[in-house]
Amino acid sequence: MAVTTTYEPVIGLETHVQLMTQSKMFCSCSAAYAGAEPNTHVCPVCLAMPGVLPVMNRLAVEYAFMTGLALNCQIPEASKFDRKNYAYPDLLKGYQISQFDLPFNINGWITVEAEGVTTRVGITRAHLEEDTAKLIHRHDNGDSRSLIDMNRSGVPLLEIVSEPDLRSPAEARAYLQKIRLIVRTLGVSTGNMEEGAMRCDVNVSLRPVGTEKFGTKVEIKNLNSARSVLRALEYEIERQARALDSGELISQETRGWDEDKSVTFSQRSKEEAHDYRFFPEPDLPPVFISAEWVEELRARLPELPDQRRERYVQEFQLSPYDAVQLTSSVEVSHFFEETVRLYPNPKTVANWIEGDLFRILRERDTEIDTLPMGPPQLVELLQLIDRGTISHGTAKEVLEDAAFSGKSPASIVKEKGLTQISDTEELNRAAAAAIAANPQALADYKAGKKQAMGFLTGQVMRATGGKANPALVNEILRAHLDKA
Amino acid sequence: MISREDVDHAAMLARLGLTEAEKQLLQTQLSSILEYMQALSQVDTSGIPPTAQVIPLRNVFRADEPATSLSVEDVLSNAPDREDDFFRFPPVFE
Ligand SMILES: [Zn+2]
Repeated sequence: MAVTTTYEPVIGLETHVQLMTQSKMFCSCSAAYAGAEPNTHVCPVCLAMPGVLPVMNRLAVEYAFMTGLALNCQIPEASKFDRKNYAYPDLLKGYQISQFDLPFNINGWITVEAEGVTTRVGITRAHLEEDTAKLIHRHDNGDSRSLIDMNRSGVPLLEIVSEPDLRSPAEARAYLQKIRLIVRTLGVSTGNMEEGAMRCDVNVSLRPVGTEKFGTKVEIKNLNSARSVLRALEYEIERQARALDSGELISQETRGWDEDKSVTFSQRSKEEAHDYRFFPEPDLPPVFISAEWVEELRARLPELPDQRRERYVQEFQLSPYDAVQLTSSVEVSHFFEETVRLYPNPKTVANWIEGDLFRILRERDTEIDTLPMGPPQLVELLQLIDRGTISHGTAKEVLEDAAFSGKSPASIVKEKGLTQISDTEELNRAAAAAIAANPQALADYKAGKKQAMGFLTGQVMRATGGKANPALVNEILRAHLDKA
Repeated sequence: MISREDVDHAAMLARLGLTEAEKQLLQTQLSSILEYMQALSQVDTSGIPPTAQVIPLRNVFRADEPATSLSVEDVLSNAPDREDDFFRFPPVFE
């Protein structure tokens, strides 16, 4: 069935970011749950035994405010925690400590670059809560059961809620990547989605282009990569458009994303929506943040992605496009700046990183910081080109090798015998041989046909295994031809 | 007055399986408790700002320093059921 009406997607994201503290949010259990033996980071507080008293982790609170500042949020003077009640085994105590009506951060915004367009996306709120336990499902011999590991329960989690300001899957992905970049730049989270340190739920509805009223929204839960966000939204938008075109109503529901089948599927209808019965957490006193404390935290913010991008344009005279590319991750910008420090030609460095290095990373599906090669090797490569030791073409080949072997480019050039031939005697011999073997080319050259020159250059390059310095070959050939 | 639906809803939220007799009893008891609490609405609170806290404390924090947790045996000692070093529950699916 063909899609007939043109719809505009309206998208908002809820992103959960684990804060990188040593201990949990309300107790002193270690927050390093990854790889720990099950139920070894658990105490009476995170088990919510009767009579225990949760106490806020000051660093987690500061990280939450610092993230709010980086998201251009307002920080209300007074905040508090609330209990969000629900019965599910991932919370043994039957409630999650979260923030309901007085969150830490409200009314912020960030900029998002997608497909060459910069959009401002509103941040409704960013509040602090505690992570849940990890459930493991086992099924064998006809016996099904769920197992609980409490180590993750109580790890500080910042929930960042966007306004429904996103209009395409690409924008939603770019938003998520920007949030990740911001929290990584701040150093408040690893932002590692594969390991669950960052997770996201997406709300999406469609409306006919040109109309204002929102359609019925569907929530897609637990997307664990930027790619899943993109693909799940592409699928869901198509599904809703087809349903609307055939006159169906979209039901307000929660859907899951099946990565293998590339489909979203219905999980539960909102009619049985949770009734969380929020009430103020009686064990935690309210948080009051003074103007001085806000300023102290603001002073602790590092250079943020937008500021860094602006500096690249100013300081290195790069185009805004280059600046966006080079600030796309903390690691890429460190690599770039360190290379430029050692080799102060920002444009050349930018071209190599954005061109060949990014291509290599894409092809091998890896990240710049996992390469055994660092800025010193790239600098060495650039210097080999500058000295005429290798051609630009050969340099690409050397980079490919150096990127994964971590060997020095000079040693690769030596090992593989890639040194550009600038020895005039050898080139003179090769030029004379090429002309002698191709009398027609000589005749053509004399007749003024310029292509003959290109043909002969090719012959010399081939004879020298592509290692001849092309400019020098040209010069020598011309001398031979002119006196022939 | 607490309705029968309120009791059903609260029982469902708390995952309590109540008998018919228990539901009737709770409906009566919850209603009289709420009725008693109505007495509070007779207090004049017009000059008093709303608060979520009655303790005169604010900004109580601890340093981000990890400490020793319980042993796994202690953690699981109240578990209704266990398997390996996990709490074991009837199956739930996300
Ligand atoms: Zn604990």
